[in-house]
Amino acid sequence: MVKKISKIPFEGTPEQAQQLGAVIAQYKHDPSQLMTVMQKAQVIYGYLPYEVQVMIADGMDLPLERVYGVSTFYAQFALSPAGKYSISVCLGTACYVKGAQGILDRITELLGIAPGGCTEDGLFSLDACRCIGACGLAPVMMINDEVYGNLAPDQVAPILEKYRKTA
Amino acid sequence: MATAETVKMINLKINGFPVSAPAGSTILEAARSIGIEIPTLCYLKEINEIGACRICMVEVKGARSLVTACVFPVAENMEVFTNTEKVRRSRKLTLELILSTHDKNCLSCVRSGTCELQQLCKEFGVDDPDYYAGGNVHYAFDDSAAHMVRDNNKCILCRRCVAACDMQCISVIGANARGFDTHISSAFDKDLADVSCISCGQCIVNCPTGAIVEKDESAAVLKAINDPTKFTVVHTAPSIRVTLGEAFGYKIGTNVQGQMVAALRRLGFDKVFDTDFGADLTIMEEAHEFLDRVQNGGVLPMITSCSPGWVKYCEHYYPDLLPHLSTCKSPQQMQGAIIKTYYAQKLNLDPKDIFVVGIMPCTAKKFENKRDDQHAVDDLPDVDVSLTTRELARMIDSAGVYFRDLPEEEFDNPLADGTGAAVIFGATGGVMEAALRTAVETLTGEALQNLDFQEVRGTEGIKEASYNVAGMEVKVAVASGTKNAKILMDKLARGEADYHFIEIMGCPGGCVNGGGQPIQHAVVRNFHDLRAMRAASLYDADRNLPVRKSHESPAMKLIYKDFLGEPGSHLAHELLHTSYVARPKYK
Amino acid sequence: MTLNELNEMQTQAKAKLTPGDANGPAIRIVVGYATCGIAAGARPVLQSLRRELESLGLQNVLVEETGCIGMCQYEPIVELYAPGQPKTTYVRMNAEKAARVVHSHVANGKLVAEYTIGAATGEAAEGEILPLTETNFYKKQRRIALRNCGVIDPESLEQYIAMDGYQALAKALTQLQPGDVIQILKDSGLRGRGGGGFPTGLKWSFTAANQADQKYVVCNADEGDPGAFMDRSVLEGDPHAVVEAMALCGYATGASEGYIYVRAEYPIAVKHLETAIAQAKERGLLGKNIFDSGFDFDLHIRLGAGAFVCGEETALMTSIEGKRGEPRPRPPYPAVKGLFARPTTENNVETFANVPQIILHGAPDFAALGTEKSKGTKVFALGGKISNTGLVEIPMGTTLREIIEEIGGGIPDGKKFKAAQTGGPSGGCIPESLIDTPIDYDNLTAIGSMMGSGGLIVMDEDNCMVDIARFFLDFTVDESCGKCSPCRIGTKRMMEILDKITEGRAEMADLDKLEELAYHIKENSLCGLGQTAPNPVLATMKHFRAEYEAHVREGRCPAGVCKALLNYVIIPDACRGCTACARVCPVGAISGTVKQAHIIDRDKCIKCGACMTTCRFGAIEKK
Repeated sequence: MVKKISKIPFEGTPEQAQQLGAVIAQYKHDPSQLMTVMQKAQVIYGYLPYEVQVMIADGMDLPLERVYGVSTFYAQFALSPAGKYSISVCLGTACYVKGAQGILDRITELLGIAPGGCTEDGLFSLDACRCIGACGLAPVMMINDEVYGNLAPDQVAPILEKYRKTA
Repeated sequence: MATAETVKMINLKINGFPVSAPAGSTILEAARSIGIEIPTLCYLKEINEIGACRICMVEVKGARSLVTACVFPVAENMEVFTNTEKVRRSRKLTLELILSTHDKNCLSCVRSGTCELQQLCKEFGVDDPDYYAGGNVHYAFDDSAAHMVRDNNKCILCRRCVAACDMQCISVIGANARGFDTHISSAFDKDLADVSCISCGQCIVNCPTGAIVEKDESAAVLKAINDPTKFTVVHTAPSIRVTLGEAFGYKIGTNVQGQMVAALRRLGFDKVFDTDFGADLTIMEEAHEFLDRVQNGGVLPMITSCSPGWVKYCEHYYPDLLPHLSTCKSPQQMQGAIIKTYYAQKLNLDPKDIFVVGIMPCTAKKFENKRDDQHAVDDLPDVDVSLTTRELARMIDSAGVYFRDLPEEEFDNPLADGTGAAVIFGATGGVMEAALRTAVETLTGEALQNLDFQEVRGTEGIKEASYNVAGMEVKVAVASGTKNAKILMDKLARGEADYHFIEIMGCPGGCVNGGGQPIQHAVVRNFHDLRAMRAASLYDADRNLPVRKSHESPAMKLIYKDFLGEPGSHLAHELLHTSYVARPKYK
Repeated sequence: MTLNELNEMQTQAKAKLTPGDANGPAIRIVVGYATCGIAAGARPVLQSLRRELESLGLQNVLVEETGCIGMCQYEPIVELYAPGQPKTTYVRMNAEKAARVVHSHVANGKLVAEYTIGAATGEAAEGEILPLTETNFYKKQRRIALRNCGVIDPESLEQYIAMDGYQALAKALTQLQPGDVIQILKDSGLRGRGGGGFPTGLKWSFTAANQADQKYVVCNADEGDPGAFMDRSVLEGDPHAVVEAMALCGYATGASEGYIYVRAEYPIAVKHLETAIAQAKERGLLGKNIFDSGFDFDLHIRLGAGAFVCGEETALMTSIEGKRGEPRPRPPYPAVKGLFARPTTENNVETFANVPQIILHGAPDFAALGTEKSKGTKVFALGGKISNTGLVEIPMGTTLREIIEEIGGGIPDGKKFKAAQTGGPSGGCIPESLIDTPIDYDNLTAIGSMMGSGGLIVMDEDNCMVDIARFFLDFTVDESCGKCSPCRIGTKRMMEILDKITEGRAEMADLDKLEELAYHIKENSLCGLGQTAPNPVLATMKHFRAEYEAHVREGRCPAGVCKALLNYVIIPDACRGCTACARVCPVGAISGTVKQAHIIDRDKCIKCGACMTTCRFGAIEKK
């Protein structure tokens, strides 16, 4: 699993920096809270670019490489921003045996991006995830917080179109 | 420390032989104690006990699966088998898997012959290196740094380099990504030149394969030697004489000074000098600077600046404390500066035509050469190229010089004749001891009864001592390895360090264990204290030298009389002192 | 809180929950509001219930959110408790149906039979009501770990206390010595529900035996099996049970601090846990001097960040320490040197969820359930090709046939059962010939699978077992931490061989190589992930060897799954020439004229299957 490092120039606001500063101030005495800080930083910035990881490393007094090593180990941490609509196709076992791969393949085909990628217009990003716990509705996908269950490949295009229109 | 009576002994059997090992020992240690070697790849005693490579697997009667001998503790009545068919098959298969991700251009790899993976493949009969061939990630070469090259395509992810970097408290490299894509790199996969690597090279000496090697500059040296317009001068650091022999099969710590000099002549150098001269000069200048700081309210404690890894560390990590660093250049740079000025004048040579090569135990010296504050003459570097002990050994080999058959020869004069004080520069505490010999005699005006400052000798990370010198209490500290340097620097930053003088060496144990020294397999490093064995030989040399104090060296007397004037003179400052810059942690 | 206060609170809380009680509501309605319920549309149902109740001015009707009721297939689920009636279970609800239930059942006492579970499963005659507990799905279940899920409001401490909550902790702290607690657990025969099945009481006794300045209790709530979600259900539906159990563990082992490591992907579970911990602290059920016993215990939550390997205990602890979640060699075992290098006891959510019941009711009750060496119940997440997907808690020793045919309602669409997969990526599959095996730890291991955390995925004739093995291996390749060589490289090489097989490029020798590698990885990997990663391959190779050989020798995927081995063909006689397939084909591989049979160009076809799903005449088949 190699994560794509964003090439988009980092644009953080002073408010974001202040928020992260407050988080760091709360946890900086406990290096075991590194992941907590990173999780909160990702909520603030949407992803963990170089500049944010440097702030965390300096704030927590840890080597930058340690922060980066953690950020590339766990699936949750993103090194590039997500699309406006973040699509997660569940590839848990229950969904897989019910044809989730076909759903994922269709989205890949429609959007022209592989899992882990983001469309050039920044509208959709695509990920495969492991069991979102809606096995009864398999196969399922999530777009932001919305769950779509009992999917068939040909249902995918209209759903994406709906988002494209409201964008 | 627990005494023999308090340590419980555990009785077990290894390959049917009874063994008694202290409680807490690993199977690996117990086996070793009866002469059974269990192969390892990732294991480095105390610094990398991660059980990751799975080469040391052994059978333990009753265990569910094979166990890792490197970390598995012995237990009463345990029965271990280290060489069964099953064990050998497992090791072979693991090797085949590792080989399937390894760039196998072994024929010309610099580590061919010293590669631990290669040796194991031979031992376990891996006859088809492509047995598990499959897809691989191709990694770009990183040759951005002045001192080394990283080739992840040869990396076997034993993480010994990471452990070494962490041991130094630098941690600029680590394991990134996950699973099959796991690789060793810097944060955001930046080039090594763009992170706060201190160039110590500890990762190199700990790498089992050719994934991390020094940047080989021998071609530039050969070119200069073969250039009739160049006058090539080589000088060898104090520790090289006791380590170079290892590359030619000598026992660890053998002093091969005479053969080394002979070999350098046979390589074609015009002059072969001893960096001990530079070391004595360093003492002259540094002792003077120290006394000046003490007497004139300068910044104290003063910290030595011989180790370019340590200097770079201080610049990256403690820029506020740079005023504590002695302004003295390192011995290599002093030597180079004198060669390109005094010696050039003496021979009536244009400094531009002199090519100075330092043979160094150190990879950071390669970085030091490229510092722009190291020019005694115009834009010329004081030293043109620094070669590590390993590069020299390879040059000797490739030049067809049979080292073991060489006669013993003497260094050239006048820039030789090092003292005992200079030769111990190669061991942690040596600079301090050398400086004390000179400073104490200067302050008291009396000859020292005992020249051995035992308190600052030995391989402990931090040593402290206090001396009453002419009514004044002088508190000193010695640290080796930047992890220990960090402890002292943090203390200093907190205002809790009331030392007058601190010696710091970037590598643990000092130059004898430098990042440029001959490779010793982990198997050797785990069961021998290389630092102590090599250092002992330096202290022997010191004891046997006629002059053991820098200020009594005839060469020093000559150079100050002939050229420099007094220690700390204007000319000395211009040629032998330097400045430092704060360097960012991130670029 | 004192013991008396706890008992008083229980009496009051019980009354408040009982419809018809002087202090209780007239009617109590609960809506399944766990992740799955919400995903299925519970939110508008809940809103509709509240709106209609208000519009009718119905007072004293308690409407509450509850955890997972267990029948995923039938979500959203609403259950109605009224005095003098068995609980009514309404399934597959929506806003309109909810409104109708309010108007009919709540307002007028007239049950809406066609929405109830019996009608949905077809088990009840028309117009009749079948209580949930009498459905095939439910009647063989025994709920211990899940007993409060779908029953109480998980964010209410009072309701937990009403259901005997914290009585076990009170009993232990006021009547039992730490050693007694461990003995009860040992006697109960409870084994770790996270996978390995290590005896829980024994595990606790190891930590208890070690002296240290600090010890820890860790709850593994990093449910990683991609087909299991019982831990999430417990945390969402009954978080206090875990809090209470961890405090019990702390008391028994001498630990004063605990950590719950929970997947960040479980936001509701995290929220409910946070609420539960805050409530327990506020009432003195956590903190200093609990029940005036002198025992102190505090709990922290740490969020996982998406790494399956963190389900391995040493990796999990490394992760709590804020590092890459890589496992480390054992020994030293966590009981000696665990979290922050201190003695630590680690159990998973389901294991903990059993503990208060065992302590409260004693070991014999629990030990009476199950088989000789596997006591009590086990929760399974039933999924895949099965009619009733959901969470079921059954006594150990129930056969797979009972689970699939009775509880699960069999295979839908008249398809034939092929295999059941247990233990997720660490487990194996059980073929039809072994379907009568009573399920317990040892039987599953003996037939080449394992209990794992309880994912139970049913596969039918349309599933290719090589593809399934590949699916799980793809997962472990992805989730291997990369630390040890056999797992990091070996799983990848196994995956490459499976790719060759499913793409028709393999030779028979590759099967031997695959097997050799599988055993090597099992034997040589550092942690449980690697040691079990080859299981799905080995189990399918053992039970479905012929299917592997068909791929290799004949270049054929008997189940019609492996794309590279498939061809889409138009049956000329069935094709009406409607051109629909040609229009959806993304690569223009289909040609033909209107009203005449079309043809697929094999060289152009990318086997996406779009034509086949589009064809209304069944004229396209996979061969």
